[in-house]
Amino acid sequence: MRRLSWFNTASLTLGFAFLYIPMIILITYSFNAGKLVTVWSGFSTKWYGELFRNEAFLDAAWVTLKVAVMSSSIATVLGTMAAYVMVRAGRFPGRTVFSGMIYAPLVMPEVITGLSLLLLFIAIGLDRGVLTIVLAHTTFSMCFVSVVVSSRLVTFDQSLEEAALDLGCTGFEAFRLVTLPIIMPAVVSGWLLAFTLSLDDLVIASFTSGPSSTTLPIKIFSAVRLGVSPEINALSTIMIGLVTVGVIGASLTSKRSIAKRQKDEQEAIL
Amino acid sequence: MKRFGLISVPYLWLLALFLVPFLIVLKISLSDTALAIPPYTPTLDISQGWEGIKAWWIALDLENYFWLASDDLYWKAYLSSLKIAIISTILTLMVGYPIAYGMSRAPDEWRPTLMMLIILPFWTSFLIRVYSWKAILSNEGLLNQLLMYLGVIQEPLVILNTNLAVYIGIVYTYLPFMVLPIYSALERLDESLLEAAEDLGCSRLKAFWLVTMPLSKQGIIAGSFLVFIPAMGEFVIPALLGGSKTLMIGKVLWEEFFSNRDWPVASAVAVVLLLLLIIPIVLFQRNEEKQREAEK
Repeated sequence: MRRLSWFNTASLTLGFAFLYIPMIILITYSFNAGKLVTVWSGFSTKWYGELFRNEAFLDAAWVTLKVAVMSSSIATVLGTMAAYVMVRAGRFPGRTVFSGMIYAPLVMPEVITGLSLLLLFIAIGLDRGVLTIVLAHTTFSMCFVSVVVSSRLVTFDQSLEEAALDLGCTGFEAFRLVTLPIIMPAVVSGWLLAFTLSLDDLVIASFTSGPSSTTLPIKIFSAVRLGVSPEINALSTIMIGLVTVGVIGASLTSKRSIAKRQKDEQEAIL
Repeated sequence: MKRFGLISVPYLWLLALFLVPFLIVLKISLSDTALAIPPYTPTLDISQGWEGIKAWWIALDLENYFWLASDDLYWKAYLSSLKIAIISTILTLMVGYPIAYGMSRAPDEWRPTLMMLIILPFWTSFLIRVYSWKAILSNEGLLNQLLMYLGVIQEPLVILNTNLAVYIGIVYTYLPFMVLPIYSALERLDESLLEAAEDLGCSRLKAFWLVTMPLSKQGIIAGSFLVFIPAMGEFVIPALLGGSKTLMIGKVLWEEFFSNRDWPVASAVAVVLLLLLIIPIVLFQRNEEKQREAEK
């Protein structure tokens, strides 16, 4: 077994402390009784109560959730198609443009994406609201889905698909019965990624939302721009908690499914 | 035919919602500001036929770009974004490399947990992670409280609302983007190469410089682009942690659009920013494709 040298131990400890201490502080002060988030004045859960009585936050949370579910679902379908095209379709006219359009949104500054989509929506006369945010989020998150899915497709044994075709499957049946179950973990993590990207997005949503469709990040941003507030700490704690449960849950299930698959494969060989 | 359908759906989606919007930005950047809805002229009036199109085309000009070039606010904002992005990329690399290195040296059974600990913050809201530094860095914040308690300083340090706070914010939020590609490069590294270097008389430090660093080059390049490119156009971090003196082009664009409602100038700012970023974006894409080829 390898042992960590003192240097590596120190860099890991400091690195993870740097990553986690701000969040631990944030969570701790959400239970502060006082209004200040820098002076501790006793334990209290009153900010959580305030939060759940705040209609504006609840409305915004509902809009955000709707947008995230819709955009991540469409993005998963489109992104999986795009990944399939990138990995399997070989050469076709406009392939370079296509791969450029897949990679560019990953690194495009959000202000540019947001501005350009808003100008499009105004040019075609589409009223800003939930629909426009969904369209905007779908567009950038499908590219993330496609990167996640294509990395799985690359390692996937194409002869399985060919066997299905030889045995009389149509192309779509081969995809549904053979390819999709195998790439499913990547598709699911692509969906989760798209979902969190949408939940999280402030800049693009600010450009593409209308007055009746304020999302949670927009609300949070306008609240924290001026200063810190314990209510936002409480809201952040809830969001961090949900994400932590989600990520740990997802990694446990994927570990279990990998173990199960290995077992199945072994039994199949025997 | 089916292949055509499979290609065309995502293709057309991206054309309509990614490429066409840029052409519109480009067009509006060549238009004039007007007190109207939408607040720019000329608007294309197809109903007037060819004459309408001709009038529209003639009215487009580079005026907004001359305006950008003549006003030093924009120059300074581009340069200062460039400076902030470069410095914070270097800082992120300096913080991220040892973490990635430590992870790649850790015992096998720790690795999935370490990996999850790096990825977890990435899934948590960006906005919340930036916000969490406000309570730490402010004048009466926890960092100043700690340093004064320890007697390191007598007067509170002014960190919040300065460029230093922006650097901290960028390093903090973009750290996973730097650590992950470097880690995946280091993880593949064949350790017998290091042993060979040591057998041939290299010190451990020299072996690191001559073997480990060059072999993790692609990870460093990928990580640096993933930090540099979005940092260049960053809006949230300067808006929440930076001060009135922090000039970043993303913030200028935002204010030009939302506060001044000057859409043509905001569009011109976006076009110039994109031109500045095209080189790094293309280099990044090349690097990704090269890596993909190598993995095949």
